[in-house]
Amino acid sequence: MTDGLVLDNVNISLAGRSLVEISTTIAAGQVLTVMGDSGSGKSTLLEYVAGFLSAPFQASGKVILNGYDVTSDTPQVRQLGLMFQAPLLFPHMSVLDNLMFGLPAAGLSKGCRAEMAEAALRDVGLEGFGRRDPATLSGGQQTRVALMRLLLAKPKALLLDEPFSSLDQSRRAETRHFVFDMAKSHKLPVLLVSHDPEDAKAAEGEIFTL
Amino acid sequence: MRQGLIRLAMPRLPGVLIVILLGAPIVFGLAGTLLPALGYLPALGGHDFSLKPFQDLFSVPGLAHSIALSFGTGLTATALSLSITVLFTACWLGTRTLQLIRNLLSPLLAVPHAAAAFGLAFLIAPSGFLVRLLSPWATGFDRPPDILILNDPLGLAMIAGLVMKEVPFLFLMTLAVLPQTDSLRKMKVASSLGYGRTAGFLKACQPDLYKRIRLPVLAVLAYSTSVVDMAQILGPTTPAPLAPRILEWMGDPDPAFRLQASAGALLQLIVSAFAVVLWLGLERLTAFVGRTINRNGVRHRRDMPIRISMLVSMGFLVGTMIAGILLLPLWSVSRSWWFPNSLPSTVTFQLWRDIDQTAGAPLLTTLSIGLAVTITAGLLVIAYLESLERSPRGTRKNKSSATGSSSSFIDVLIFLPLLLPQVSFLFGLQVLFVRLDLDGTLFAVCLTHLMFVLPYIYLSLKGPWRELDTRYAKLASSLGACKNKIFLKVRLPLLLHSLLVALAVGFAASVAQYLPTLMVGAGRIVTITTESLALASGGNRSLIALYGTLQLILPLLGFALASVIPALLYRNRAAMRGHS
Repeated sequence: MTDGLVLDNVNISLAGRSLVEISTTIAAGQVLTVMGDSGSGKSTLLEYVAGFLSAPFQASGKVILNGYDVTSDTPQVRQLGLMFQAPLLFPHMSVLDNLMFGLPAAGLSKGCRAEMAEAALRDVGLEGFGRRDPATLSGGQQTRVALMRLLLAKPKALLLDEPFSSLDQSRRAETRHFVFDMAKSHKLPVLLVSHDPEDAKAAEGEIFTL
Repeated sequence: MRQGLIRLAMPRLPGVLIVILLGAPIVFGLAGTLLPALGYLPALGGHDFSLKPFQDLFSVPGLAHSIALSFGTGLTATALSLSITVLFTACWLGTRTLQLIRNLLSPLLAVPHAAAAFGLAFLIAPSGFLVRLLSPWATGFDRPPDILILNDPLGLAMIAGLVMKEVPFLFLMTLAVLPQTDSLRKMKVASSLGYGRTAGFLKACQPDLYKRIRLPVLAVLAYSTSVVDMAQILGPTTPAPLAPRILEWMGDPDPAFRLQASAGALLQLIVSAFAVVLWLGLERLTAFVGRTINRNGVRHRRDMPIRISMLVSMGFLVGTMIAGILLLPLWSVSRSWWFPNSLPSTVTFQLWRDIDQTAGAPLLTTLSIGLAVTITAGLLVIAYLESLERSPRGTRKNKSSATGSSSSFIDVLIFLPLLLPQVSFLFGLQVLFVRLDLDGTLFAVCLTHLMFVLPYIYLSLKGPWRELDTRYAKLASSLGACKNKIFLKVRLPLLLHSLLVALAVGFAASVAQYLPTLMVGAGRIVTITTESLALASGGNRSLIALYGTLQLILPLLGFALASVIPALLYRNRAAMRGHS
């Protein structure tokens, strides 16, 4: 049994034409950066690993997470944390409700779950932001909340789809390091999709170019 | 095994229910119209197939005239409505003027046909507001002039009423599909090539736009060639257009007239179908001429005259409609308003104070039918759209490219009740409900309203539902949320405003239904709309105005709730404002 995220002979094709071929292992705390131009299929790879790939795309191969084959699992049970270009905090919920959406029910009392969400906010320097409207947070703050919402769901790996591209240049480096540090401290394998060479450099991991 | 079957059937259930609820009444309704038209109606003693109903029909005096009226007024009203809509859009797209007109027309869409017709009548009748404004100082009239402005033999007043109601519909339909046509960018290309705004739109964007509003245009055509309520209020009477005459024969106690009415209903279907065929021919011709003009390279850079004239036309249309509508509440509180006074000399709120006697029962019936039908249709539409989301083929990519799939089949079927002349299948439906001993029941009326409310709710909600960012649902499911949780906690709250607006549209459609209520209700189910038309022939303007005002208030209340509820619920959520 190997810890980490294994992509075993994954091949994604569209109308008989192969888009992505990859076979690799991402160890816990490591980042694999998949680089490629738009339209190269890098986002499609992420959709596949997360369990959202559907017709007309076709895929073969396996996704193995900490030794378990999750290829035929639904996205709900894969425990893969997904982050898109935008933080996508639910606009109809407060910041705290967003975090509690990520927390599993797990037989905990409501007060206990709220306390865990508050603690997560403290961890990222946003103490007292719980009742705020997510739309009033800065882009960097939103990204941090989105990451905490992800981590509260106890994922076994992170899938990042250009999560820093919506931030302005000055915030980008800071947020980038924050996300990678969090992933390392939680010992999570990270699959990062990007077209920004700076992302790949900061990730300090392997680079796979499509 | 059984559980597996249920799991397999459940996702399809909403779609199947919609197909049955819309398809069955149409099929049975058309069959139930055809058989009596051929002399077969056992309930009325017609056992033998014969052509007698048609022979009776064709010997009716003035039938050709009635057919010509239906045909002519319908085609003219549709062509005018479409021209005004397209030309105005061409002239003013991308400006604040267009936004202003949009904001004015959106609430007007909810005004029922009958209320709009009464408003217009109060405005332009010989004893109406306009003549009063000009009398006696300019016209010299101290009595209403004896001229046929309303119910004119050519149906001009009726055409005006139809255009006033259909322009808001087509305009808002146009604005709904415009983003898909990429028109703003195409217009930039055309402008940079030196084309004037109007010519640029007509040459570069209009053909693609028309394809997308074609079904609504055909629905307007079918409706206009077979309209009853507006024809009764504004249309010619000697003779009347075909549809109101059919309704008259239906109400006749003599069974022979009933059979003749069913033959008439079938004739109405043919007349409307023929109008559609002619329209399709005109489409071809316009497209051919258009292609030639597109190649001629003329820029039409100076288009201010047409832009101004379109603005004036649209302003005139909106102004007339609003003025007419405002006359309704005014008349409802007038006690004595003698010609040629411009305003009532005595005002009384008597009719409103005694509302439980003047309109209580019809109001209650209207509300119960409207709420029951709107909630049922809303649940069905939500269940159907959610089932598309959950089917394995339901992802965004497939939805936009799916052709010939079940979803596009339902997209067309759901339009069918709006594309057929109501009278053509309502007659048969009434026969069916009599057979089932359900005629004149609230249940039957609700079932019939559902056919017209479902399409409106579906058409209003479909767009916002599909435009919702699918990443929210993906994100939620990767956080471990099950499909029900995503639906209840993410999709529904995000779509709340659009959903409530769609329900308000559905409710307004139910309130406005005249012919379905009258025919299936067998005269026993009385709503504010059917009652207002029953009053129309009498002379009590204040009471008519009361009912007209109620027809305005009910839809307005629905739309008010639809905007107040989300605003209150999401008062602290900046991103939810202007969402959807």
